[in-house]
Amino acid sequence: MEVYMTNTENLVHELVEKHGRDRNALMPILQGVVATEKYLSEEVMIMIAKELDLSAADVYGTASFYTFLDTVPRGKNIIRICKTISCHMRNKDEIIGVLEDQLKIKVGETTHDKKFTLLTANCLGWCHKGPVMLVNDEVFPEVTPQKAIEIVEEYMKKTN
Amino acid sequence: MSKYMVNLKINNIAISVEEGTTILDAAKRLNFRIPTLCNHPDLSVAGNCRVCVVEVKGARLLSASCATPVSEGMEVFTNSEKVRIARKHVVELLLSEHNSDCTKCFKNGHCELQELASEYRIGDHVFLDLVKPKDKIQDISSPSIVKDNSKCIRCQRCVRTCAELQAVSALAVVHKGNHQGISTFLNKPMNDVVCTNCGQCINRCPTGALTERNYIEEVWNAIYDPKKFVVVQTAPATRVALGEDLGVETGTRVTGKMVSALKKMGFNKVLDTDFTADLTIMEEGTELLTRLKKALVDKDESVKLPMMTSCSPGWIKFQEHMFPGLLDNLSTCKSPQQMFGSLAKTYYADKVNIKAENMTVVSIMPCTAKKFECNRPEMRDSGFKDVDYVLTTRELAMMIKQAGIDFDKLEDDHYDSILGESTGAAVIFGATGGVMEAALRTAYELVTGNEVPFTNLNIKPVRGMEGVKEASIKIKNTVPAWNFLEGVELNVAVAHGLSNAKKLMEAVEKGEANYHFIEIMGCPGGCIGGGGQPIPTSPEIRKKRTDAIYAEDMGMNLRKSHENPEVTEVYKDYLGTPLGHKSHELLHTHYKVRKRY
Repeated sequence: MEVYMTNTENLVHELVEKHGRDRNALMPILQGVVATEKYLSEEVMIMIAKELDLSAADVYGTASFYTFLDTVPRGKNIIRICKTISCHMRNKDEIIGVLEDQLKIKVGETTHDKKFTLLTANCLGWCHKGPVMLVNDEVFPEVTPQKAIEIVEEYMKKTN
Repeated sequence: MSKYMVNLKINNIAISVEEGTTILDAAKRLNFRIPTLCNHPDLSVAGNCRVCVVEVKGARLLSASCATPVSEGMEVFTNSEKVRIARKHVVELLLSEHNSDCTKCFKNGHCELQELASEYRIGDHVFLDLVKPKDKIQDISSPSIVKDNSKCIRCQRCVRTCAELQAVSALAVVHKGNHQGISTFLNKPMNDVVCTNCGQCINRCPTGALTERNYIEEVWNAIYDPKKFVVVQTAPATRVALGEDLGVETGTRVTGKMVSALKKMGFNKVLDTDFTADLTIMEEGTELLTRLKKALVDKDESVKLPMMTSCSPGWIKFQEHMFPGLLDNLSTCKSPQQMFGSLAKTYYADKVNIKAENMTVVSIMPCTAKKFECNRPEMRDSGFKDVDYVLTTRELAMMIKQAGIDFDKLEDDHYDSILGESTGAAVIFGATGGVMEAALRTAYELVTGNEVPFTNLNIKPVRGMEGVKEASIKIKNTVPAWNFLEGVELNVAVAHGLSNAKKLMEAVEKGEANYHFIEIMGCPGGCIGGGGQPIPTSPEIRKKRTDAIYAEDMGMNLRKSHENPEVTEVYKDYLGTPLGHKSHELLHTHYKVRKRY
């Protein structure tokens, strides 16, 4: 635990050094933490509030506005399936179904080994090539159930 | 920079206003009232509730009049068919997400949304009721403030109040879209966050989403309990504002009527916090002079200057959270409310031959933070809870109505004795700068034997609504005991509203402030603008209450705390000397470091 805290503190300090202490540094700092830690813990939000002389509620308010700035623990890989109308009409439910079976979790949950979190997302801007699946920052358009399973298998191999 | 005038027409009437004026304010000048919910005279413009929409000729959409400045040749309609339909829909939409359980709401009859619903004759809901059952669970963790998300219309007045006026930001807007809400950090209970309990959010909440924790039933129960001897104290600022909730014009002094009403309600004794305000001056003034002596003569470096006042419990909690390094600068004096409580259940209980355990002490306060203060574990020096219940000015007004008392027709009555006598120096505690002025009136005279060198004792530089005020008084012709102060320039500062306090504290922390004594009041305007005062509030209303406070002072026979005969008596009979052993035991306290996050 102590090691984790130190790493997080270092990360916040580095981000503050890079982006400064103005209020407009808040977004890149939050994004920087999420890029590494996948979510914003209570402790991290307090650290950032202290550094930027903001209230913790302010930091939480900003973080909670953005879907991609999570405030609950997430797995090492975050899978997001677009849930909006075009992808829905091209069977996104089927994709979700096979992934739930493969990972043995429901949408919104994280696997026991903390390797995967399965989420839905609002429009990802790939309506012409739905259904679309996003793993971390990587976009996979026109996924089929078979392709989705293969993509996740690849990530399983890459993640230890 | 000279201001350009802009010509426009509102409802076909021509008007010329300064550039930058909003449509809302221009319409006000022509006596056209446009309803508002998110707009507030103390806060920045938000433009998010949309009830103030108006039609501007040539514009594709309706404009929010609170957020739209006038422009040359503009033609505005405030009540066209389009406006009326839109406005009614806006209210209906707000109601669809509002728990309209009005009959059970503490704000029933005092709610701006309810008024609008009534004005627009909102009938059967056009839109589905979207209030979630889980939102109907109120947060009652705080002894001062109740938060009810099901009543919230997300106008964000509270968020702007907490950020702009108080520099605390205990509340923020969280999530978005239909999940948007007003929340503490991670939705923690109000009592577990940096909230100072100042109640300024309550004063500005247009609905029942933020209200005081009320103790009306508890107080009636105590009054009806034959075993209880119920003593009530009234704070300085209540007497210039209570009338507003009882149909009396703003700025009217209702001291005598308030005393009369309290007696008719059945309190056994009606006493005055002003008495302990005078006592506070004796203790705090002596403390200041003692600190000055230690610092200037004994060169004792452990003595902390500037000394800061400690009457305002919202300010105290702010300091405990935000500037824990400056806690030793706070005067150790309890607030007048708590001095009253500890004396009532010791000295006074003996005098009237009542056992302290059978005594209930009730306070009428302009303040919600006082409710928190009386529950602090430090406030039990009598061996009991020194003050049992705190009612806001608003709660008292409700109880007076419940008692069927026709307030306006009451004859003036007088406070009971003892613990009822006071001076003009005590009543000005209710306005920003008042504690400073009262302290200077007494301390200067104690040190020099002469009155403060200001006409009619009115120390004007510390009065008024400027956020941070400064004054210097050169001490001349000292009496022998205090001759180390001869020629010393006493520098003082006064701030009201916690965002002003924050600026001052930052200067003190950096060592940039050369003051000996600082007065801070947590609320804008001081206690007259307190979180427990009648709603609404605005700079004009606070000005009128302040004028009334100073008029009350001028009307008093005694205007200096050390001349209060009951204060002299309590020292002679019981306390001994200011800062003496007994005082230390009953009238002084300590503070605790709280987490900012």
